[in-house]
Amino acid sequence: MDHRPQAWGRPRDDVYGAYDASYLQSGGPKTATQSPIVTGTSVIAIKFKDGVVMAADNLASYGSLARFTDVKRLRPFLSTSVVGFGGDVSDMQFLTRHLNELAIDEAYEHESSPTSSSEDDPNAPPAGQLNAANLHKYLSKLMYRRRNDFDPLWNQILVAGFDSASAPFLASVDLRGTTFTSPSLATGFGAMLAQPIMRRYAATEADAARLTREEAVKVVKECMKVLFYRDARSLDRYSIAVVTKDGVELSEDEQLERQSWAFAERIKGYGTQTV
Amino acid sequence: MAAMFSQNPLMNGPNYSVNDAPRVNAPEGAREHRFDPYTDNGGSTLAIAGADFTIMAGDTRLTSGYSINSRHHPKLFKIGGTTADQKDATIVLSVVGFAADGEALKERLDAICKMYRYRHGKPMSVKACAQRLSTILYQKRFFPYYAYAILGGLDEEGKGAVYSYDPVGSYEREQCRAGGAAASLIMPFLDNQVNFKNQYIPNSGEGHALQERERRPLTRTEVETLVKDAFDGAVERHIEVGDGLQMMAITRHGIEEVFLPLKKD
Amino acid sequence: MFRNNYDNDSVTFSPQGRIFQVEYAAEAVKQGSVVVGIASKTHAVLVAIKRNAEELSSYQKKLFPIDEHVGIAIAGLTSDARVLSNFMKQQCLGHRLTYGRNMPVRTLVEMIGSKAQINTQHYGKRPYGVGLLVAGVDDQGPHLFEFQPSGMTEEMVAFAIGARSQMARTYLEKNIDKFADCDREELIRHGLRALKESLVQDRELTVDNTSVGVAGAVKADDGSTKVEPFKVYDQQDVTAWIESVADDKEGAGAGEGEGMEVDP
Repeated sequence: MDHRPQAWGRPRDDVYGAYDASYLQSGGPKTATQSPIVTGTSVIAIKFKDGVVMAADNLASYGSLARFTDVKRLRPFLSTSVVGFGGDVSDMQFLTRHLNELAIDEAYEHESSPTSSSEDDPNAPPAGQLNAANLHKYLSKLMYRRRNDFDPLWNQILVAGFDSASAPFLASVDLRGTTFTSPSLATGFGAMLAQPIMRRYAATEADAARLTREEAVKVVKECMKVLFYRDARSLDRYSIAVVTKDGVELSEDEQLERQSWAFAERIKGYGTQTV
Repeated sequence: MAAMFSQNPLMNGPNYSVNDAPRVNAPEGAREHRFDPYTDNGGSTLAIAGADFTIMAGDTRLTSGYSINSRHHPKLFKIGGTTADQKDATIVLSVVGFAADGEALKERLDAICKMYRYRHGKPMSVKACAQRLSTILYQKRFFPYYAYAILGGLDEEGKGAVYSYDPVGSYEREQCRAGGAAASLIMPFLDNQVNFKNQYIPNSGEGHALQERERRPLTRTEVETLVKDAFDGAVERHIEVGDGLQMMAITRHGIEEVFLPLKKD
Repeated sequence: MFRNNYDNDSVTFSPQGRIFQVEYAAEAVKQGSVVVGIASKTHAVLVAIKRNAEELSSYQKKLFPIDEHVGIAIAGLTSDARVLSNFMKQQCLGHRLTYGRNMPVRTLVEMIGSKAQINTQHYGKRPYGVGLLVAGVDDQGPHLFEFQPSGMTEEMVAFAIGARSQMARTYLEKNIDKFADCDREELIRHGLRALKESLVQDRELTVDNTSVGVAGAVKADDGSTKVEPFKVYDQQDVTAWIESVADDKEGAGAGEGEGMEVDP
């Protein structure tokens, strides 16, 4: 049997030239994400009176190529918070692994606590576990540290859940470690397209505190539709998460409903269309 | 023509065959700096020292580019209290510029003030805190905190004290200072209204003989009105300023904080 | 000079399976003046007797705030305690910086436990000559922990360490069922009574020699928790408490065992 690599499908050097070893990155400078490669688009979220709703579509793009169409970009943390990732998908997966470790450590730490759940509510999470505000703080330190090392994690992240005063919590952190909170938040294209719509319903904290769960979900779904209409790197399959005191309800296979593309026929002047 | 350019973001630009792929032969440790670690998050701050008080203020808008990220993002922070809620703090720090650096700067200074209190059993004076802040900024001279800081409090004699900084730690004590996006709009107004620059006593003479209006310490209500007017003006002319006004008054009784509305457009 | 051949270092077991250096360190704890700690459902309290080397000197500090929610009481070498105290302070600040919350008290205590254990297993190192009572509140409510130079840590309902602390512990054991539902003032008074049990005859609690430290987490009616930061009370601030336990009857069994004047 011929065991030479060329006989097993390797391109022959005399035909194709020698393999360019620079692709193997042996030696060379220390590598860092200098630009995102496989990316997820917008994440949007809005607070309501009993919690937070968050949504992101299931697409991971490679440039303009819709590369992976079943990528989950929302992840629950300790079943009390939700983290949504926009930006680089490999950095998201790194962070997800990291958050898994953190969640396991945290679960062990509070496993044997005698006063773990309050008497009146058996479903309540163990007291003292990292809440969404703590998690956001931690992620912001992580992201800021990486930007200081010139090795950023190329994401914008939304964190939803509750703070230490048990009030709904929603905040963002990006690849530079910039943090902010608002009654509604959106990353990427969502900041231009969805945020103005959500602000109509929750301009202030007081407005958000009046919003019901059904209203909030409806607004978010409407925003996902607008984003699918106008964002070329988006998908009509998406994940939606609702965080309340009872925990996280995450649905990862939602389909955009009641789309209307009737207007498309009336668009003229693009592409090969001549009349 | 368009086929010349790859849709692959890795090879943005002309396509190349396997053989003439760019070789990585940068020296060990060298880095390609395509990532810009800084942004400007807009906003503006202001501080005025009075005879026995200091007023600090800042808008609460946080922008990046033309987007408003948040309408309620405070830029003023109480520093050096015994607890996390800073109930007994006596010093206020305002930061404007790159928000993440500002946040990091504030937490550094607060941790240092808390360590000082733990070691010495007393709070840090504004003067000491001001010097320490300068050192913190200068320690990052070659990768600066991109933040314009103003520190306010009461000095050892109980007089209002305002210290202003550039991002690498140059600082001086002043009567008043505006910082951030609308600093160039507010500062001349302050020169005129706080330090009475270009104000002369009518009919006191001609040319150089003209007598300047005598300076006097402003009252707290006067200063608060000035601050509001300054921000109303800045909001009108600068897109990165608006939404809300956070104002803190530092007196010997402690720190009073108020939030007032500004235009949200 | 040496008690035996096996106490030169902390890496050698005696044939009986003991590590004498660690046991000697535990003796150092017993040389320090007594400190008492009690935890209820709402508060954690530390009380301590301060010593003065002579009438003209000042009194040695026994209670130290670590972070806004934790404080310690020390018995043994004060300078060793300072090392641990600085370490705990740094850890609490670091935790607050990364997570924005109070460091859970158990986590904190386990950290100094691990730190102290290293000194009992490495050649050329010396165990800490100090025992601690760590009192604090976190999201799970008030806690009291004991720390020993061996690295042992344990959560306690109430405890006392230091010279003649057995008498205080006896008092605490007798009253253990009452502590859980005590309010702040009652808890402090229990602490002071326990402290009095350990006093040598004809010594009394005075404003000069008594320190009290309190941290609390009181549940409000609306379900929120109001945290009372750890605070140390001395001098005139403890007058009322001392007076309130002054006319209690003399504690049983006072005046036996080793005296208090063991420190040089």
